[in-house]
Amino acid sequence: MAALDDVNVKEGVDQETVEAVRGLSGTYKYGWNTDVEMEYAPKGLTPDIVRLISEKNEEPEWMTEWRLAAYERWLQKKEPDWAMIDYPEIDFQNQYYYARPKSFDQKPKSLDEVDPKLLETYEKLGIPLKEQMILAGVEGAEDAPAEGRKVAVDAVFDSVSVGTTFQKELAKAGVIFCSISEAIREHPELVKKYLGSVVPVNDNFYATLNSAVFSDGSFVYVPPGVRCPMELSTYFRINAENTGQFERTLIIADKGSYVSYLEGCTAPQRDVAQLHAAVVEIILEEDAEVKYSTVQNWYPGDENGKGGIYNFVTKRADCRGDRSKVMWTQVETGSAVTWKYPSCILRGKESQGEFYSIAITNNHQQADTGTKMIHLGKDTKSRIVSKGISAGKAQNTYRGLVSMHPKATNSRNYTQCDSLLIGSDCGAHTVPYIEVKNNSSRCEHEATTSKVDDDQLFYCRQRGMDEEEAVALVVNGFCKEVLQALPMEFAMEAQQLVAISLEGSVG
Amino acid sequence: MALPQVKQTATEARLAAMTRPDGAKWITEIREAALARVSDMGLPGARDEYWKYTRPETLVQPEAPQAATFDDDDEQLFHEFDRLKVVFVDGVFSAEDSDDLTLEGIEISRLADVATQDIHWAKDLYGTLETNGQTPVQRPLAALNTAYAADGIVIRVTGAPSKPVNLIYEHRATGSDVLLHHVIKVEEGAEFTLLENGPAAARLNKVLEVDIADTGKFHHIRAQGRDHERRAATHIFARLGRESAFKSFTMTANGALTRNECVIELTGDDAIAHVAGACVGDGDFVHDDTVFITHDAENCESRQVFKKVLRNGAVGVFQGKILVKAGAQKTDGYQISQSLLLDGDSQFLAKPELEIYADDVACSHGSTSGAIDETALFYLRSRGLPHGIATDLLTLAFLAEAVQEIEDQDLQAEINTRIERWLERRRG
Repeated sequence: MAALDDVNVKEGVDQETVEAVRGLSGTYKYGWNTDVEMEYAPKGLTPDIVRLISEKNEEPEWMTEWRLAAYERWLQKKEPDWAMIDYPEIDFQNQYYYARPKSFDQKPKSLDEVDPKLLETYEKLGIPLKEQMILAGVEGAEDAPAEGRKVAVDAVFDSVSVGTTFQKELAKAGVIFCSISEAIREHPELVKKYLGSVVPVNDNFYATLNSAVFSDGSFVYVPPGVRCPMELSTYFRINAENTGQFERTLIIADKGSYVSYLEGCTAPQRDVAQLHAAVVEIILEEDAEVKYSTVQNWYPGDENGKGGIYNFVTKRADCRGDRSKVMWTQVETGSAVTWKYPSCILRGKESQGEFYSIAITNNHQQADTGTKMIHLGKDTKSRIVSKGISAGKAQNTYRGLVSMHPKATNSRNYTQCDSLLIGSDCGAHTVPYIEVKNNSSRCEHEATTSKVDDDQLFYCRQRGMDEEEAVALVVNGFCKEVLQALPMEFAMEAQQLVAISLEGSVG
Repeated sequence: MALPQVKQTATEARLAAMTRPDGAKWITEIREAALARVSDMGLPGARDEYWKYTRPETLVQPEAPQAATFDDDDEQLFHEFDRLKVVFVDGVFSAEDSDDLTLEGIEISRLADVATQDIHWAKDLYGTLETNGQTPVQRPLAALNTAYAADGIVIRVTGAPSKPVNLIYEHRATGSDVLLHHVIKVEEGAEFTLLENGPAAARLNKVLEVDIADTGKFHHIRAQGRDHERRAATHIFARLGRESAFKSFTMTANGALTRNECVIELTGDDAIAHVAGACVGDGDFVHDDTVFITHDAENCESRQVFKKVLRNGAVGVFQGKILVKAGAQKTDGYQISQSLLLDGDSQFLAKPELEIYADDVACSHGSTSGAIDETALFYLRSRGLPHGIATDLLTLAFLAEAVQEIEDQDLQAEINTRIERWLERRRG
């Protein structure tokens, strides 16, 4: 990777980190495309396109109306310009909003009927759509327990879901895992009740756009008291040119349930930037727990900033029930532009929200990402650990909100965000908003460099380490924290990242 | 870009209620340019991101809201110090109350006089730093000040004056709407201390432009206090040369609305800028510290230390930013903002920002908020201290980090005494 080879890295920055960043942004591994015949809806966005998408998904009338209402709202909305990202104006009329493989004219009834080319695509990506015990081909999976780990996959290819594995086995446990288009048909009562209840139709420009044109995505319902027997995952692949992907994910964790959900995404290498605007909604009832992990690896554009995915994503979890807990973990290495703030609404008493993020930008990548922790209920807790690494000519921004409402008494927040610059042409920025409206809550925002836990330091010193060693150990421990929160399936990505340390961070 | 209608209307209404002072050609030109800036930007509105946490309406409306004046028996702040007094009564310089303005190593003039002179060094400074400070964030109230301020003080420091200059702002009329614009130039190697105190006006709009040449030093201790209903929007614009130092501390007690903006540009290598503030608020009190520090040279140090004690629904705001430009290597930036909320009604809203374009820098920022530490309180009580005294003691300890930013021990003690008294008066 030329951009990093001749860069002068300042003293104190861990060499391994530089190597790891270099490795990550070498040649983009997933840049190939699958040659399948596609069927497109005409370019541009009109009420007719919205109707067409709805029709293709065989949606009931109420859904079509819902989309059209969203479309009307979208027309009145302005594209947000507050993020520290800079990109050429997007021509929303020069995009395809719907593209699906021709072979989907007749929707395949099972995975066996799916075009082998598509299955091959996923095989090549390391996500075989077969119901097997271990995700073969995923390095690092060897460490999986002997009895084997199961991961159910919902694979989305451009605008449609290719297939969902392990549906039957999941159904035995009562878990519904399918594409959202299927859910709209099969479980309208659930969709009607929850869709748009966390991210309202008119939430923001991109969420509204998504509400109008989302073509597919995943749907999960975990019934009361059920611990989902396997990890669920969804894999997004953009393949067609000039096509935007707009997926919608809805996860409902009923009382006392648990689910771990993984998300991965890649796209072919193309000269023209492509748009991706997704919405993820998570609803947590009493005592429910959801882990949502993302490894975002969209095509980042070439070293001159040509092409790449513009990733505008709205993700939000609503901890409605008492003692519910949500955990967002994200590793962001791809996309030309990232605009993403997975948030937690902590409504239930003693509910908890966690956000762990590593964002790595290189070349001309720009990332403006962070989280919102909205404390509404009593005794709620949140924790934010964000690590940003910027190299080449990239810009990396952490933007976050911690809000303690007057009634959220005895709540607690701990935020820590560090950034590291590799080279002198990039930028790292921090824009936290902290709003505390009661006095029994404690709110702390810190950069590790300024404060290392005294007790931990004392412990290390007592074991004979000198102060510098001790600080390094504690600080690096924090970075590992994010990686450890990643599920097994991301072991490969995590392995690449363990070398990363935030030594020499700027603030 | 055309202004939103609401903003346009509010700006026009405010401008219509003002009269531009007369002056020599140079200052008239500067004032006209400033007015053009105000018209372009529009005055702050509730929807402005930079005014997210503080409502600007009462600072913008044509008439200043009334504010009662208070006479207490307290001796004036700094009265025991040897200082040169410069008194403004409702924003107008009072020769009668002030000391003689001659002092070795320093030239002191009144802006109203300077403005009538055809040639003056202030020509290169008046409004210049304010103009620079308009990017990347707009500060329309400061431009409004440059356009309309008729009085203020113009100081040039050439040596090391034997005593500090104390600007005293008296507030007598309940509806006084005051604009003051000070310009200070600290020449190479010179050192100067500026003290400011007094409630000033029902509504004060004050700009202080400080240009510090290489190796110059500027100390600033300011107290904003007493009158509960007063409102103020103040701006400090400072430009620092090589190896220069700027150290400013502000204590604020009471006041319905105070917005203190501090815009500092470090343009010479090895310069130091420290900005600190301690505020105590009770009830109808909004206090906003907005700081923007730009590092545009190597090996500079900046420190922001802000502490707020809030009770009975008081609101504290902190918007701090460190901008490290590309090439400003070896920057050492530190920023801490903390609030102590003495009851459940008070609020602390903070936005501690960093924007960094250089890789070999250390910028740390922290922000915390919470109630008084119960364990510490219990400890003190177990030692026989009554609840009220124990609370006050912990409050003072909380504010200490900010107050200690004042280098002069005597001035530090003076400020501490005032805070102690403020707390004492409220002890149940």
